[in-house]
Amino acid sequence: MAEYQKFNEELIKAGVVLEAGRLYPSSQSKRVRFDGKKRTVIDGPFAETKELVAGYWLWQVRSIDEALEWLKRAPYDGGTFEIREILEFEGI
Amino acid sequence: MKSSSSRAFEGALAIGPRNGDAPEGPGRREAAAAEAHRAIEAIWRIESARLIAGLARVVGEIGTAEELAQDALVAALEQWPAEGVPERPAAWLMGTAKHRAIDLIRRRKTLERKHEEIGREVERAQKSLDLDAIGEEVEDDLLGLIFTACHPVLSKDARVALTLRVLGGLTTEEIARGFLVPVSTIAQRIVRAKRTLAVAHVRFEIPGGAERVARLASVLEVIYLIFNEGYSATAGKDWVRPALCEEALRLGRILAELVPTEPEVQGIVALMEIQASRLGARVGPSGEPVLLLDQDRTRWDRLLIRRGLAALERAERLGGALGPYALQAAIAACHARATTAAETDWPRIVALYDAVAQLAPSPVVELNRAVAVGMAFGPAAGLELVDALVDEPTLKSYHLLPAVRGDLLRKLGRSEEARAEFERAAALTENGQERELLQRRAAECAAERMAG
Repeated sequence: MAEYQKFNEELIKAGVVLEAGRLYPSSQSKRVRFDGKKRTVIDGPFAETKELVAGYWLWQVRSIDEALEWLKRAPYDGGTFEIREILEFEGI
Repeated sequence: MKSSSSRAFEGALAIGPRNGDAPEGPGRREAAAAEAHRAIEAIWRIESARLIAGLARVVGEIGTAEELAQDALVAALEQWPAEGVPERPAAWLMGTAKHRAIDLIRRRKTLERKHEEIGREVERAQKSLDLDAIGEEVEDDLLGLIFTACHPVLSKDARVALTLRVLGGLTTEEIARGFLVPVSTIAQRIVRAKRTLAVAHVRFEIPGGAERVARLASVLEVIYLIFNEGYSATAGKDWVRPALCEEALRLGRILAELVPTEPEVQGIVALMEIQASRLGARVGPSGEPVLLLDQDRTRWDRLLIRRGLAALERAERLGGALGPYALQAAIAACHARATTAAETDWPRIVALYDAVAQLAPSPVVELNRAVAVGMAFGPAAGLELVDALVDEPTLKSYHLLPAVRGDLLRKLGRSEEARAEFERAAALTENGQERELLQRRAAECAAERMAG
């Protein structure tokens, strides 16, 4: 935890983090399934346990490569992290 | 500089890596080399400022520090594509630069001093370049680097170029592209800036006392110059260049972390965050400018507004009267808080401009105040203030003076005079998109006159 905090602080000091958040486990989440006009609410926990988002960061960096370099430094020893770009005013 | 921003968001969700499709076989080595190049570029962006700052503390000035850091970069470009990116790239770069720094000190001192002294000097250099010595010391170095790159002995242009180079980690080419000037111009500015710092014997240090206030003002000026060039490009065909705004914001955010108790630093960050929240709404579908009151406010970036308002609150909490940047942020916040243009609290904006005018009086502030007065108390009251500025020499070629005057005249139904003002404004601006907007408004006035 201390290591994670140090890493997070480093990100903030570098002016990279815009926002960060951790999420409650998926067992406490709700899903809505759309089928035509029908909406079905499904309460967690869910059978499939792969690919569940546990937290997020919002970073402002100059390229996906820079995000990659930052992420590689994160003090995690397990799990998978995905970097995705936010669609913004493109081509300006 | 990248033309679009890249905000990455990350969660514990699995997909294959983006570069995982590197071909097998003959193309593989090239692909790996290209990947290494992109990694080096990214690492450089992350590390160069700290690298240069740490080296500057040892060698005492930033010109040599920057060259040593560049040498380390060249070494990385030679070795990493073939050998792979080291596990701790920052340490590798610092280690390489450190060896070169020690060589350099040794060579210099051989010319000047006895050998036993060299030993001590080298030892000190080694100690101060201790890779584990991160924390406050690195932060002081970084702050020293900011103060030095923004030293008032340098011209504004030189400060901007040097800051983007040593703190932003941008290449000369990227800076030139950002400011639409030839690469050689930027290269010269940087060389000259380094020479000026050397000739003036500017020491690498954090100024204290009364000097600190003036030096900090110089730093903030540089950051806001960079931001503004991105926010309302003074030249060229694009109305905004978000990449420059993002560089400035990043510098501001870093500075706010380094000196969290300076209200004006929080103020400038607040101002930039709130203004940047409108970047997407400020440009129409064909690249034309969209003025504040005509913007689709649902397109404003709520996250940046929230960050801006939080920074403004920090500035206010730090106590004392608000400085010029925090006041301008407070004005920007008035717009940000209004869900529709009609809900804008114009009397409050007038009051805030009064405060800005008292602290930092300038014809440009007066002009902005006139706009706010025109909105709060009617176009006639605004026009009266603008008319008082018509003979102001510093606004002689400022296109926004006739643009504002034209706007007020138009509201008063004086279409012919308004048209002439918009045309004058169009002739004065050097930004292509802005010129078109002003010409269009002139044409609208002409049409109104025909109709009226």
